[in-house]
Amino acid sequence: MTTETTKSIFFKGVRDAAPFLLVVGPFAVLFGVVATQAGLDAIEALGFSVAVIAGAAQLTALQLMLDQAPTLIVLASALAVNLRMAMYSASLTPYLGQAPLWKRALVSYFLVDQSYGCSILAYELHPHWTLRQRLAYFWGTVAPICPFWFILTVVGAKLGGSIPDWLALDFAVPITFLAIIAPMLRTRAHVAAALVSVGMALLLAWLPYNLGLLVAGMCGMITGAEIERRLVIKGAWQP
Amino acid sequence: MIDTGWLWLVIIALGAGSFLLRFVFLGLIGDRPLPPWILRHLRYTAVAVLPGLVAPMVVFPPATGGVPDPARLIAAGVTLAVGLWLKNAIGAILSGAATLYILLYLLG
Repeated sequence: MTTETTKSIFFKGVRDAAPFLLVVGPFAVLFGVVATQAGLDAIEALGFSVAVIAGAAQLTALQLMLDQAPTLIVLASALAVNLRMAMYSASLTPYLGQAPLWKRALVSYFLVDQSYGCSILAYELHPHWTLRQRLAYFWGTVAPICPFWFILTVVGAKLGGSIPDWLALDFAVPITFLAIIAPMLRTRAHVAAALVSVGMALLLAWLPYNLGLLVAGMCGMITGAEIERRLVIKGAWQP
Repeated sequence: MIDTGWLWLVIIALGAGSFLLRFVFLGLIGDRPLPPWILRHLRYTAVAVLPGLVAPMVVFPPATGGVPDPARLIAAGVTLAVGLWLKNAIGAILSGAATLYILLYLLG
């Protein structure tokens, strides 16, 4: 493909990531609404979205703060939700590790589920891309996602107070999370990790400060990793 | 209510922590390979943490004072089933929300 220019690769990134706005957009609005209902103003909600850019971790932290959990528990639980970002970082390193430090820092800041998911797939499909082209694609995937994450957080925060009770918005958070989890359950190891986590979280729901979640998360991770290890040994692992 | 000073402390610390998680390999480790057992555990973090976060919200919803509620349980089940079936988050959210509203209306 000799006709590929850096510019066309940027727009390819835009096109590939744009459909995810349908998931990210409502999630950002939801975060803004939930934040206002927790007593945050629009600036504070936006501060959250700009500093963290990770809806699940933001909602986790907010939920635990409403429960008046200690700061360390809030941070540990929300960062546990974000541990997958470390995996994204590791898996992009072979493709982007040669970029200057400031560019790698900027990529890290904008490393979210959608920019990672699109980029790693494109890098595997186009091994001939230069570093410049890989970075152009990455910025293409960021463009239709991250600015809207910020803007729609504020929109949600402005809407927040005017959402009527009958909308049962309390349940929007679990429904959104369930919809995000379902497509992740790709292998037996993933399903087992999720089931162990659910079982432990329910059994330990009585523990203070949502400590049950940390224990459940760790047990789920160990379960998933162990099942994968055994399936690999048996030669039955299909990622 | 959440204290403002505390809120900003959490926002800044969580922002810094999240950045470090994203930067740790790309920025600091560079091209050195990672032990496979670490990568294996990292692969399951999201799928291990998020279900544990959601399960108590579904089974003991705060809106009903922690009493299990048929409308919310069924709506959660439909969301999960549609998500597994269609692999589509938007479709799952819409079916779950529709189920919840219909059941809340019918069950009063």
